[in-house]
Amino acid sequence: MSRPRLIKESSAPLPLDRELLVRIHDLMVKTRVLEERLIQMYKQGHGYFWIGGPGEEAFNVPLGLLMKKGQGPEYDYLHAHYRQSGTLLALGEEPIGALRQMKNTASDPYSGGRNFAGHFSLRKYNVAPVSSPIEVQYSIAPGTAMMQKRVGGDAITIVTGGDAGTAEGDFATCLIWSSRPANPLPVLIIVTNNKWGISTSAEGQHGEPRVSERGKAFNIRSKTINGNDPVEAYNELKEAMEYVRTERKPFLLEANVSRLYGHSSASGANYVSEELDCLKQFETRLEADGVLTRQQMDELRNRYTEDMAAAARIARDEPLPAPETIWKHIFAEDK
Amino acid sequence: MANMAQAIRMALHYAEENLGVTDIFGEDVGAPLGGVFTCTQGLKTAWNSPLDERGIIGAAMGIALGGGRPVAEIQFCDYVYNTIDLLKLAGNTCWASNGDWNLPMVVRTPVGSGIRGSIYHSHSFDATMTHIPGWKVVMPSTPLDAYGLLISACKEQNPVMFLEPKALLRVKGDERIPGEPDDDRALSKMIDAPLGDRSQWKPQWPAELEAFAIPIGKGKLLREGTQLTVVSYGRTLPLCARAAQTLADEGISVEVIDLRSLWPYDWEMIKTSVQKTGRVLFVNEDTEVTNFGEHLLRRTVEELFYSLLAPPRLVAGKFVPGIGLADTLEMASVPQQNDITDALRSLAGEQP
Repeated sequence: MSRPRLIKESSAPLPLDRELLVRIHDLMVKTRVLEERLIQMYKQGHGYFWIGGPGEEAFNVPLGLLMKKGQGPEYDYLHAHYRQSGTLLALGEEPIGALRQMKNTASDPYSGGRNFAGHFSLRKYNVAPVSSPIEVQYSIAPGTAMMQKRVGGDAITIVTGGDAGTAEGDFATCLIWSSRPANPLPVLIIVTNNKWGISTSAEGQHGEPRVSERGKAFNIRSKTINGNDPVEAYNELKEAMEYVRTERKPFLLEANVSRLYGHSSASGANYVSEELDCLKQFETRLEADGVLTRQQMDELRNRYTEDMAAAARIARDEPLPAPETIWKHIFAEDK
Repeated sequence: MANMAQAIRMALHYAEENLGVTDIFGEDVGAPLGGVFTCTQGLKTAWNSPLDERGIIGAAMGIALGGGRPVAEIQFCDYVYNTIDLLKLAGNTCWASNGDWNLPMVVRTPVGSGIRGSIYHSHSFDATMTHIPGWKVVMPSTPLDAYGLLISACKEQNPVMFLEPKALLRVKGDERIPGEPDDDRALSKMIDAPLGDRSQWKPQWPAELEAFAIPIGKGKLLREGTQLTVVSYGRTLPLCARAAQTLADEGISVEVIDLRSLWPYDWEMIKTSVQKTGRVLFVNEDTEVTNFGEHLLRRTVEELFYSLLAPPRLVAGKFVPGIGLADTLEMASVPQQNDITDALRSLAGEQP
């Protein structure tokens, strides 16, 4: 299926509409600034733990833009992991929600102060609750896809996780359950490969040359892409999604990405300068192609930085959940 | 009267026709087998899954997230243990999302001893399952209760763990399930899959089945008594009832409570009874250390201490790593008739 793409040559013009490029860039900046603000909140003592996805914006933003957004099996489901603020912002979420979750305020829209940063839940857009186990979403995803296949239409299930999580049995579960000859399922199985599991490098633990090759054994169409390039990510995601939407079969997409601030606050959350920075790289191209000027991009970043600081100040002053709320929502009757 | 396996099958049929159940699935759940205990024979939404318990629980969660209403089966609860973190996740999905999501899903699994199932077909699961908040947990001891509790489970907005005491699955009930035909043999002919080739077989479901529901959280006062209370569920319940009859012949009046629901459970029923009798024995067959009966015992001591005439007691399974295959080993490991009768007699005679 791969065909030569001019995009591989740096001299070629960016093959997406200017408007879309600007939108992707805007969301990437917004996401990066949000993550940096979350890290800062952690370092200033306005949160107990940070985990997130700076370095994955080039992949996560196009993913959110391409989702068929809505509630119920006629729309796409996202079983995300905890590095996907870019996807949520691309779906239209306001960043203050993530800041509130960081500060574990009662106003946290995703967990009411119960869960870590980056643990989104958004039923109105079919975003299943993100949980800290790195693999469970791979076992759950086939279920939503079954319902989608049954209702007809073109909605798909998207499940994401990291390369380290593919060592868990749930990843194999997802490959098997998505490709059963009795009922193949419309699941886009995504692995964002940052080559690390906390402090352990994948090289010492994984013998498979590419995670995507594991799809071959199940006749699942598979591909590895450069997730640090938002244009490639957008085009490849679009193509993979179209396949899943039309064929109602799974697709395994491995996106190589960077981990720009380490695993989490537990490893310091400091900028890792050896990693490729997708935002810097994209901005160089946007400038070279005359899509945006350096000044425009600096102004955008400054504006988001100010917005995010203001939002963080709001979140910081909001109350924590009341102690008696621990009894709420154990069961759905409490709604 | 129907046995428990038939009762479960009829309830599932009713639920897939009338209560929105979309998927009844698990290992060997669909045709041709219809479940190793025959509970899912002939059901229109039944299908076979890979032999992957994590996949089964995960798929059930996904189906529930996707607007369906799944009833998943784990073939023996001995094999549910590798899904514990998914069960925890199902139990915390509503809470962790601050009420954003809920999971209307049922998991059925046969539990306990009584069929000489050796180390991996004899486990109990009530102690472990009642450690996982966010689930409702039920365990019937009669076909009618199995029917009624399963109907309630299939109407729930939350995850329900339906524990099936496997020793009782083939035992016929004393009470008629509403809509069940009068003649047992007629029922069997209608809904039991034939031996041999089943490819052309279709069940004839009783037309008059109804949404007879037993509310989750309500116990059953099986026998009234004045001097002793025994609280049990599942396989040991009929043993407790028989013990009560034996003691009645000796002039000792025992009240028998079938808890039926483990979470939530009918504390009011236990409390009322213990306040009346002052003596209580809790009986189940899961291992006795951090056993659900210990919770009931603790609550009895804390809340009913001044009503007690004797220390509340627990008869449960021995805290050993497995239930051995030999008759002697199984019977030494989990409560038998004599253990229960003796414990009740001893409790009745206990003086301060």
